[in-house]
Amino acid sequence: MSLRNRELVSLLAAGLIVTLGFASVYLAQQSTISRGSISYIAVFLGLYLIAHIVTRVQLPYADPYLLPLAALLTGIGVTLIYRINPDQALRQGAWVAVGLVLFVAAIILMRDYRKLEGIKYTLGVAAVILLVLPAVPGIGRTINGATLWVDLGPFVFQPGELAKVLIVVFLASYLRDRRDVLKGAHWYSLPPIRHLGPLIVVWGAAIVVLILTNDLGGGLLYFSVFVAMLYIATGRLLYVVGGLALFAAGALAVYRVTPHVADRVAIWLDPWSDPNGAGYQLVQSIYAISSGGLFGSGLGRGALFTPDGSTYIPFLETDFIYSALVQELGLAGGAALVLLYVLFVYRGFRVAMLAQDGFSKLLIGGLTSTFAIQAFLILGGVTGLIPLTGITLPFVSYGGSSVVANLLILGLALSVSDRANRRMLGAPDRGLAPLGAPAR
Amino acid sequence: MNRELRRLFLVFALLFTALVSMGTYWLWRAPSLEARQGNPTQVVRDVTTKRGLIYASDGETILARNRGREVSGRRWFLRRYPTRDLVAHVVGYATLERSRTGLEDSMNDFLTGGNSDLSTVIERARARFQGDVREGNDLVLTIDAEAQAKAMEVLEGMCGSIVVLEPSTGRVLVMASSPSYDPNLVARRFDEVLGQRAACDPAAPLLNRATQGLYAPGSTFKLVTAAAALDTGLHTPQSMFFDPGYCTEYGQRVFNYSDQSGPERFGQVTLGEAVEHSINAVFCDLGQDLGTDTVLEYARRFGFYEKPPLETPEGERVASGLYEGDKLFEPELESDVDVGRLAFGQERLLATPLQMAMVAAAIANGGESMRPFVVDRILKPDDSVLSGTKPERLRTAVAPDTAAELTAMMELVTESGTGRRAQIPGVRVAGKTGTAETGRNDRNDTWFVGFAPANNPEVAIAVTISDQSGTGGAVAAPKAKEVMEVLLR
Repeated sequence: MSLRNRELVSLLAAGLIVTLGFASVYLAQQSTISRGSISYIAVFLGLYLIAHIVTRVQLPYADPYLLPLAALLTGIGVTLIYRINPDQALRQGAWVAVGLVLFVAAIILMRDYRKLEGIKYTLGVAAVILLVLPAVPGIGRTINGATLWVDLGPFVFQPGELAKVLIVVFLASYLRDRRDVLKGAHWYSLPPIRHLGPLIVVWGAAIVVLILTNDLGGGLLYFSVFVAMLYIATGRLLYVVGGLALFAAGALAVYRVTPHVADRVAIWLDPWSDPNGAGYQLVQSIYAISSGGLFGSGLGRGALFTPDGSTYIPFLETDFIYSALVQELGLAGGAALVLLYVLFVYRGFRVAMLAQDGFSKLLIGGLTSTFAIQAFLILGGVTGLIPLTGITLPFVSYGGSSVVANLLILGLALSVSDRANRRMLGAPDRGLAPLGAPAR
Repeated sequence: MNRELRRLFLVFALLFTALVSMGTYWLWRAPSLEARQGNPTQVVRDVTTKRGLIYASDGETILARNRGREVSGRRWFLRRYPTRDLVAHVVGYATLERSRTGLEDSMNDFLTGGNSDLSTVIERARARFQGDVREGNDLVLTIDAEAQAKAMEVLEGMCGSIVVLEPSTGRVLVMASSPSYDPNLVARRFDEVLGQRAACDPAAPLLNRATQGLYAPGSTFKLVTAAAALDTGLHTPQSMFFDPGYCTEYGQRVFNYSDQSGPERFGQVTLGEAVEHSINAVFCDLGQDLGTDTVLEYARRFGFYEKPPLETPEGERVASGLYEGDKLFEPELESDVDVGRLAFGQERLLATPLQMAMVAAAIANGGESMRPFVVDRILKPDDSVLSGTKPERLRTAVAPDTAAELTAMMELVTESGTGRRAQIPGVRVAGKTGTAETGRNDRNDTWFVGFAPANNPEVAIAVTISDQSGTGGAVAAPKAKEVMEVLLR
């Protein structure tokens, strides 16, 4: 079977699963959900079929499983959001559409994604501006203690989600350039300070952003990604250990400045010390997860709502969507979702490993790490494995910026994959400069 | 770089495995988490069950029903109490927000159909397979709605309680506690319930004063002392006593109290006359004559020193007896207790209105104390009877002769003694008043306990009104009369 036919079959399988999920939510909730809402699923699947046609024409050699996995994850997300709040499911569907438009645009416009290397400093500066944007008075918006949103009248978005992509692009090209210097001759040798300087600036920026926006999850994510990419580029554990130690030092300093962080850690250590106050979210999340049993209550049948119609867990459709999933689909459903993330991350790393140039490897390795770390931070947070940080579950949580950014990442990954596989199979490139030649 | 990528992937795979392990851990912990307060799982299971209704004794007046409501596609049943504050303390409440009290708590298994009777188990399985809403069993109480309403009316604005029992069976016909509260407000407007004010401080509207309110029984306890005197055979109603207006205990004079009727000093009186006029000095001497052990033994026979049996939650009932601080006190030596003052219901003696009603009921029932009950029968969802409560003898308090002699004395109390205001035209009423000093600003706990008709008792009553400046005969007796009249009509 050709790669694209494999993609189509997998996509149809994903579509079938999501349709079944949607139907069971509808059956359980038909007294409160309008019949028209079931048509959302048709629109949703149609969008992914269009995306498939674009990859068939533009990227015939790209990895065939990443798009169906993304479709399944977003589909699970929309189904759960539909179960929690049908109106939001429609809005999420619209964001998926926007994301897929960007996905297509990324594939067509960035045929030669390596051009991104040439504008790395522009992108780096743009990323910092995007990160600081929510702290600008007037347009910035603070929700639940974290200053992460920009309010542009008709819609609110999280610039950090896009900044995340730009930072990885910047780091990939920067680390590709300085790779040999950073590697050093011995395990203990440190590179000259002028090469280390920009990296320390990035570290400092992450800490500053963390303080400015009060976003522990974001800070942790950026820094972990940075360390992961440094490791991919150099293979040196010294950087990993040193990087983590630096972050711990930075976090400890922040811990002194903002009580927010100290609270989070205290709740993680003992959620039941204040089950109706600070620990409420986590305690309720644990109740939801534990009561799901092996197979859950069934979609649409869990105990998620209080009699006045609000959810027991605040931010159920964003940060805590996994808790809702485990309650209604059980440990089996939760493990299946985690497995989907593992598969997605596996395909992502496979693309990076098959890529032939350092920039591509670092870019896709970095983006996939971002994806994996983000999923781990929030899943670990809501299950009590690590301190809870407010961050979205990639593709699944309600939130436009996150879905759009992740679909953009998918577009980049497929472009890289297509190029790598063409080289491997000796097929002609998409009218690009041959590899090995300078990109600019 | 591929080596690094491969290793990094392994790290992520390990981290994700840890996530699944964490989920498994919580699944393993689930049984211990389920019972925790605030876990919605159990609550939602309860609230999606159609709880049984609660009826008054007529089988028609609904005390608790359900209001269905759609919440995210499921039918939820929220409790409504149409009679509001009428029987609030006995029925209690079942809400999501503050768990449960009263019969709503103690009978929860029946009300949610979670009990293990065979027919209920079958019904539950059927409902589950057919996807029907689980329905609970209904309760029919022994409470007489009309008399209960009268009791609440006469208690209006006061702090106290009225309990009426059917002496021959132990059925609780009235159990009123004032101030009461509207259980419909508990879920959303609990502040209003707690903020309620009353003639006493604290108002404690949630307290079931009938079974949790401890009051000094005062002269009503003379019934127990007199029962001891007669039943032991040491005295007869005609035994003569001398009342100098006081009695001497440990070299100190204990004076008669103003709630006695007649002169301050009676001189030579019979035991019967001492009961009729509630003469403290006589009972003080009688107590010293009988001794602490005998008096307390008879108190125990009437039910003191144990929580009165009833279907309401155990935590909502307290035992009567001597109290040291907030604990029941078992005297070891005679000298531990000032027996003269104990004999007329002072000392550290405290009793609940239900306990004193049980004293009256036992005397009315020829000395046999019946187990009080408030749930008459339990009905299946199809209205057939699942189980009915059979009257049960608790124990023999006194011999029939003693009961008859006490009844005769108590009739004199309402005829010509301190309880005249409890008289009901055409009915022979037996009673005993009480006015207990509380030591707080000249405020008294006032009592009337009794039964009627004296020759063929149908109702036994205890009325307690706290924080009064008047006497039991003036405050409590007329209220007892009004409530008994409704029941005897």
